[in-house]
Amino acid sequence: MQFDQILQYTLSGLSTGAIYALIGIGFSIIYNATGIINFAQGEFVMLGGLLTLSCLDLLKLPLWAAIPCAVAVSTVVGILFERLAIRPLRHPTPINLVIITIGGSILIRGLAMLVWGKDTHTIPAFSGDAPIAIGGATILPQHIWILAITLIIIMVNKVYFYHTISGKAMRACSYNRRAAGLVGIDVKRMVLFSFIISSAMGSIAGIIVAPLTMTAYDVGVMLGLKGFCAAIIGGMSSGISTVIGGLILGVLESLGAGLISSGYKDAIAFIILLLILFIRPQGLFGKADSERV
Amino acid sequence: MKRDLLLFTAFSLFIMVAPQIFAGGYLMNVLVFVGINTMLAIALNLLLGYAGQISLGHAGFFGLGAYLSGILTTTYSLNPWLAMPIAACVVGSLAYLIGLPVLKLKGHYLAMATLGLGIIIYIVFNETVDLTGGPSGLSGIPNLHVAGITFDSDVKNYYLIWGVTLAVMLFSLNLAGSRVGRALRAVHDSEVAAQVLGVDARGLKVQIFALSAIISSLAGSLYAHTMTFISPASFGFNFSIELLTMVVIGGLGSIYGSFLGAALLTLLPEILRGANDYDIIIYGALLMVMVMFMPGGLVRGVPALFRKVFSRKAEGGHA
Amino acid sequence: MKVKVLSYVAAIITILFSTSVFAAAPIKIGALFAVTGPAAFLGEPERNSAKMVIDEINKAGGVKGRKLELVAYDTTGDATKAVQLATKLIKDDKVVAIIGPSTTGETMAVIPVAEKEQIPLISCSAGSKITDPVKKWVFKTAQNDALAVGKIYEYLQKTKQTTVSILTVSDGFGASGREQLKSQAARYGITIVSDDTYGPKDTDMTAQLTKIRGSHSQAIICWGTNPGPAVVAKNARQLGIKTPLFMSHGVSSKKFIELAGEAAEGVRLPSGKVLVCDVLPNSESQKKSLMLFVKDYQKHYKSEGDHFGGHAWDAVMLLKNAIEHGADTPAAIRDQLEKTKNFCGIGGTFTYSPQDHAGLGKDAFVLVEIKNKDWVIVK
Repeated sequence: MQFDQILQYTLSGLSTGAIYALIGIGFSIIYNATGIINFAQGEFVMLGGLLTLSCLDLLKLPLWAAIPCAVAVSTVVGILFERLAIRPLRHPTPINLVIITIGGSILIRGLAMLVWGKDTHTIPAFSGDAPIAIGGATILPQHIWILAITLIIIMVNKVYFYHTISGKAMRACSYNRRAAGLVGIDVKRMVLFSFIISSAMGSIAGIIVAPLTMTAYDVGVMLGLKGFCAAIIGGMSSGISTVIGGLILGVLESLGAGLISSGYKDAIAFIILLLILFIRPQGLFGKADSERV
Repeated sequence: MKRDLLLFTAFSLFIMVAPQIFAGGYLMNVLVFVGINTMLAIALNLLLGYAGQISLGHAGFFGLGAYLSGILTTTYSLNPWLAMPIAACVVGSLAYLIGLPVLKLKGHYLAMATLGLGIIIYIVFNETVDLTGGPSGLSGIPNLHVAGITFDSDVKNYYLIWGVTLAVMLFSLNLAGSRVGRALRAVHDSEVAAQVLGVDARGLKVQIFALSAIISSLAGSLYAHTMTFISPASFGFNFSIELLTMVVIGGLGSIYGSFLGAALLTLLPEILRGANDYDIIIYGALLMVMVMFMPGGLVRGVPALFRKVFSRKAEGGHA
Repeated sequence: MKVKVLSYVAAIITILFSTSVFAAAPIKIGALFAVTGPAAFLGEPERNSAKMVIDEINKAGGVKGRKLELVAYDTTGDATKAVQLATKLIKDDKVVAIIGPSTTGETMAVIPVAEKEQIPLISCSAGSKITDPVKKWVFKTAQNDALAVGKIYEYLQKTKQTTVSILTVSDGFGASGREQLKSQAARYGITIVSDDTYGPKDTDMTAQLTKIRGSHSQAIICWGTNPGPAVVAKNARQLGIKTPLFMSHGVSSKKFIELAGEAAEGVRLPSGKVLVCDVLPNSESQKKSLMLFVKDYQKHYKSEGDHFGGHAWDAVMLLKNAIEHGADTPAAIRDQLEKTKNFCGIGGTFTYSPQDHAGLGKDAFVLVEIKNKDWVIVK
């Protein structure tokens, strides 16, 4: 019995962790290309879920068509956000960037509240909700979707960043923006690209998770914070380390809730985060590079 | 130096006579909160504007002060005047101990660590039901009283809170102008350079972190005794963000700026109340517009705007 | 031509002015609802209902020839704001009574203000401690959560189930429910074998439920408001938990069935009678009020009136009754409120007394079960 429980905790944790990972990668991509911590990242997760709902209910689209529509619209919001808020900023100090993304997230959340109201909504699962038994534990088909889509996105990312010109250019920006500019990379365009990719990824995360967790105008805040944690544990990498960071966070949360105390579940996650920051501030897997001054 | 003193005296006078000018029933109550928020904004500004260290968890220290005062005076029926310094000492020492590892971090790692800290404190408020009353809050906290006066009306609280706030302001102004203040600014600009010049950067950062926490705790205690009721919801992540916004909108590294930021953000919801559900949108948009067009904060942006308008007028006159 | 138009305009203006001068000044009623923020699911229907009733009362000529005026503010669920706004209502708007706030935390924060300024407060939140002990100026219309817990435990006792697991949300609503669940258990011979909580924004409760499954209790009681309990129901179904699942009155709206979908089937919960008003027997004294409220709400807001809105409806109607009895000052309204007897509202049949400012008995709740996406009364 005890083994069954642990297995269930782990499986639940992995599926929650996959979502944290997707959001975390979104954080990392923007951070690496621009040095910005995009506090509005969580709002794209919310937009993904709610836009899919609208495509299904108002436009009567089938699910397979609704999802790309929702992703496309959230991406447009991401582009607008970069164009209207980030690019015109005359003094892009880190503090100003933090505040402007916080302002953006409040604004997007407020608009979403007007459009979709304050109620919680749900969208149907992609392929039914008959539980699947694994050992003594059970998961839902949607969990498999989440894990599979996360995996696909990571692979696509890998291909993009290592095998395409624009991906390589973006990596160059993350190492040294000025040097990248000097060798002829259009840094501003890369910044825009980073917002496009991360808003698309955020909205996909929001869509695949909505059938399980439901969605509302204010779901972005907590998911965004957890995604941020995942990115920090992974050392702000836009690859596999952040994924592992997210999975670790999810599993620890789930084990903490089950074995220690459900009330302190979030506290456990954050205490672990603090410990990691104190002991290995470069992330669990990062090389101890010199601090960014 | 003389000009500074004059400015402060003028400001204090303005604060002291303000109730006579705006003597409105409800406005007094809002102005009490402007006082508390000013104290908090100054505390955060010392850390952020002077020492250049961000904190996204200051609502936690504010809450610790409020809860310690609240619990000591209700459950242990301690005298509020005794509870307040005890709370401040406990929070200060705690901040010092936490500050030692936390302030080794930089930039967004520091932001994340302080954010995590704030959330952990918030969860503790929520979960230790026997001690804090949990999510339903802690009620029955006594008002402060001294020499037969009980601070139970808005006007009395106004003078109490603003008395303390002005003292905090004076102290901070002095600190900013002192050797410590100059050392802090050196740390802000370049920690390495400051260290080379013999400034104990790390010690200084931790000390200012603790000082900032002590002021926040004091504000928390005063808040608890004026409200007589506290619940965890007032000390969450959102309030930390609001404090940060006050400091930035007012102007980093300016004590009067902190007042402007706190006053604006406390009064804004009152002005926007007519806008019903739209206020959250206006709030978000205003935040963005401020950072885009007045990155130095109100304290620098408004004079600059004036100069711009007047010079343009002068040009117009010539043409 | 122009002169003629002008004189008409002048005439209309004089008429408008004269009526407004001669009619008695409206009676101002304050309201504090959490229209935005985490408790918006309470505050919004409450504000809507309060507005709706007051409009209707005014359309029918007001109370004793005087119109009612609603001054409603949004507290965003924040206790500090609630206190500030209560002060504003009393000092600036000079209201004679206050309806709300929506949550127990806010109400507890506002009580000292109401007591000090001597303004009657009719809270729309459920916490038992609001009126226990009785406070001179404070009444409430929401059913005590103690009654809801009692209803579930009564049923468990009747069906001889003695071990339960509880899973409560860590906010004011859940904390208050948890307190009641624990303190009343012994009286009904029930043992709580596992006691867990979840955060209001949590999206996965399988961990807690796995633990509960391991505890082999005979019933699970989940205390929270949407969307948490819907997640719990879904997770329980995923884990194949067959133990009967009970919820609180916090989810007694169609929204819960919509969110939980299939997983809602078989869930039982105590609910105000508003949910099942169309199947109530005609002999039920509340039926008339309930049908009226549901129909009105449907007409105005195109959505189903729930019992949260009902709390505000009750509060306004109680005030209207008090004013009809000739009270128009805060003190007189308070005295009249305390004399309310057998008022049939949405939440139940209210009878206040100097010893009881909650006014409801256990019959305010019925135990319902969700079957085929609808409510059925459990006998």
